[in-house]
Amino acid sequence: MSAMPGRMNETHGDSLRGSATLGKSVMVKGQIISREDLTIDGEVEGTVELQEHRLTVGPNGKVQASVKAREIVVLGTVQGNVEATDKIDIRKDAKLVGDIKTVRIVIEDGAYFKGSIDISKPEVSKPAAPRPQTASTPAALNAQPPLAAGAGAGDKR
Amino acid sequence: MFKDRWRTILMPSNRPHANGPHGQMRTGAVATPPATHAPSHSRNSHGLDQFFGSIQDRTELSLLDFTGANQANISFITNLGHRLYSDDVLHSLDATFGDGDFFANQSDPKRVQQFLEQTLNFPDRYFDGALVWDTLQFLAPPLLDLVVDRLFRILRPDAYLLAFFHADEKASTIPVYSYRISDPKTLLLAARGKRPPAQFFNNRSLERLFHQFASVKFFLTRDHLREVIVKR
Repeated sequence: MSAMPGRMNETHGDSLRGSATLGKSVMVKGQIISREDLTIDGEVEGTVELQEHRLTVGPNGKVQASVKAREIVVLGTVQGNVEATDKIDIRKDAKLVGDIKTVRIVIEDGAYFKGSIDISKPEVSKPAAPRPQTASTPAALNAQPPLAAGAGAGDKR
Repeated sequence: MFKDRWRTILMPSNRPHANGPHGQMRTGAVATPPATHAPSHSRNSHGLDQFFGSIQDRTELSLLDFTGANQANISFITNLGHRLYSDDVLHSLDATFGDGDFFANQSDPKRVQQFLEQTLNFPDRYFDGALVWDTLQFLAPPLLDLVVDRLFRILRPDAYLLAFFHADEKASTIPVYSYRISDPKTLLLAARGKRPPAQFFNNRSLERLFHQFASVKFFLTRDHLREVIVKR
């Protein structure tokens, strides 16, 4: 897999499946920005950013980076601060050292974690602004704004 | 600073604690590896009840948990609106001092410094509470005193610390647990094998250990566990 120095974009082959993979023998030093789901089975050092997608650190994956994604699944090793707008899933035998910021977190027995956990409230999209009244629009005395779409509330245990 | 006298609260049908000599040092030994699917049991905890009672109706606190990250504690503490710092300190102890004589290695200044930097490197007055569970009983002096001193510094005034000490002085090895919070009064203890403690403590020696703190309260339970709730 070729990479521009300091920056990696999605591969052509995997983009058809909507998911990219860094294989076991791949090592990247620098900034990774992906607009699709990404699986890391190799080594990454730097930063990893997948705003609206899922990052999976495979069992052989070693990530020494700050990570931001919608969802993060860790089966390998991550050392760095991790931020997920939806969920972080730390599986058995995984290792994560760093500070976590997320809406939801799941950690299996057997996983190793060291750091802080900040649970943030899910973002709620703002309700649409009411239409301005015109002369032909009858006044709605008790009009209510449309219901806001939830951004995935965390599981409450 | 006014210092409360320590009080021992004996639970019903318990034998009184023995005022035996403390400081009987044990030689290091490798801990028995825990079973893959360790048995667990639940128990009521008055110390835990006091700890969470002290922070009731407060949110956005920073709490320190020494038992290692587990779903129960993460969910319980973060659902209360608090920030959790989690570390498996027993794992860190083994990683730093576990090669060779576990207790003798705790006198090595370089290893001690490494352990303190990796485990308790926080600003002063950073935490609003600390759940150190049974970890302190596996620390030998001078490491034990350094850790307690560091805990004193990183806790805010009026913060509470909860610690457990095994009370059966005849036991050569004691069970080690992962402590999972079920509710503010109940713990689920998942067995992690057995290991020898550094020393046994009685109430007097515990009061000396926590001499910097404002107050020390004891709960002695029927399962040979001395729960200690300490106020910074």
